[in-house]
Amino acid sequence: MTENQDVTRYLGKKYPTKWDEVPIAGIVPWPGNTEELKTHAWRTIKPVIDQEKCIRCRLCWVYCPDSAILEVDEEYVTSKGRRYKVSYKVDYDHCKGCGICAFECPVNAIQMVPEER
Amino acid sequence: MAVAVEQRREQEARPAARRRVAAKGNFAVAMAVRDVDIDVAAIYPITPQVQIAEKITEYVANEELDAEVIHVESEHSAMSAVVAAAATGARVFTATASQGLEFMHEMLYIASGLRQPVVMALTTRALSAPINIWNDYSDAFGMRDTGWIMIFSENVQEAYDNVVQAYRIAEHPDVLLPVVVTLDGYILSHTVEPLEPLGREEALRFAPKRRYGYRPTLNPDMPMSFGVVGVPAWYHEIKYQQVRAMRESRRVIEETGREFGRRYGRSYGFIEEYMMDDAEVALVSLGATASLVKAAVNRLRKEGVKAGMVKIRVYRPFPAEELVKALENVEAVGTLNRAISYGGVVEDPLFMEVATALALRGIVKPMASFIHGMGGRDIFVRDIVAMYKKLMEHAKAGTSAKRTYFYGVKGHNPDDDQKM
Repeated sequence: MTENQDVTRYLGKKYPTKWDEVPIAGIVPWPGNTEELKTHAWRTIKPVIDQEKCIRCRLCWVYCPDSAILEVDEEYVTSKGRRYKVSYKVDYDHCKGCGICAFECPVNAIQMVPEER
Repeated sequence: MAVAVEQRREQEARPAARRRVAAKGNFAVAMAVRDVDIDVAAIYPITPQVQIAEKITEYVANEELDAEVIHVESEHSAMSAVVAAAATGARVFTATASQGLEFMHEMLYIASGLRQPVVMALTTRALSAPINIWNDYSDAFGMRDTGWIMIFSENVQEAYDNVVQAYRIAEHPDVLLPVVVTLDGYILSHTVEPLEPLGREEALRFAPKRRYGYRPTLNPDMPMSFGVVGVPAWYHEIKYQQVRAMRESRRVIEETGREFGRRYGRSYGFIEEYMMDDAEVALVSLGATASLVKAAVNRLRKEGVKAGMVKIRVYRPFPAEELVKALENVEAVGTLNRAISYGGVVEDPLFMEVATALALRGIVKPMASFIHGMGGRDIFVRDIVAMYKKLMEHAKAGTSAKRTYFYGVKGHNPDDDQKM
């Protein structure tokens, strides 16, 4: 009996285009790939951070349920001359537009604006 | 106890062909499970299956079987446990019946959907309400669409042989599907019959354990996620893979049954034909009920009636080609089942498959479906003889029965079924 006993036959392709390229039983043999899954498709409103108003308190970063607030090493100087060493940005590939960041922001620096295409 | 174990070991050391023991169906299943050297069993006791669980724990306690027995609090957990254990690469087993099968029903889909080679014994039993612990096939037919390979046993020997074959089929790299082996509650589970077990050495030679990691397994060195969300974009494709695996399993089931016969003299196919060579009327049945039909055929043959029988051994995947080939030359076809599909075109789910298989191949002939023996009601040979005579009436008239005939119902004339 000649049998193909190589496990790779079941693992399919990471980006399948046909039914027989999907991993058996829909298993995921590539650990830690959730980041690659773009989960923004169902967003209807998106947060926009006003860098002038933002006081860098980090609360949005703490509360975001999808780790979609990014703390980036980007210096920012406000119009009044205040110098910040970091900035907060939104990862729009993973933000679902829940609005928790805007709700929690103590200085109303985050606006939820409608998505338009 | 020790003496009994010694005696048994001595007895089983003899060559396979000469070894013959007396065993009830439940013990035959437990012996088969021991002989294929399972790694994990998780069983919640339910009548009439309890003795399978008891015997397996006894084997483990006596160190005749090196397996982990998980004491679960329900059938739902039993199936969950064996699915998870199978996902680690283990050879697993569970057993249940009736309400227990219903309780684990949602997990049956998980086993097949995750493509885990779980093997289960089902001592068929009626469903509540009213509560009933005796034999019929209501539970088995309730799981027909769960994606499991389903093999029915006619006697104790078949129950043993089918369990051994089930492991070879389920774990085959081209299949990877769960398999259920049925044995009729009490009629087989508690009836002592002669049994020729293969013994461990031979059973493992026939159904050897495969190299760890030949299929996807939960392995820290090669992490994988099992049971993730199947989004609409890909769920459809994953289900189609399951369909293809079930179709592919036909070849493996066929090969396995043939090879079993070549080695041990007992071959198995999808169906078994009895007196079909020159048969004019045929009944299709399954499980231990087929034995009764054979007895009825013998009686009818003595009367000069050319009766025959086809037993469905493998119900999923359904052997349409084999069945049609067996039935194409008879004048009328009937089915005898112990399960009800309430409100169906006919109330016998087996009939629907048989009729579809014939109709799709352009074969139209008088047909009739019969239901008897629900909840352990004895079916007598004379009842089946009456069914054959009814079938011959249909053959003569050239008409089919539009409704299922219910035989054996007190105060009911089966002919009245056609009027409502």
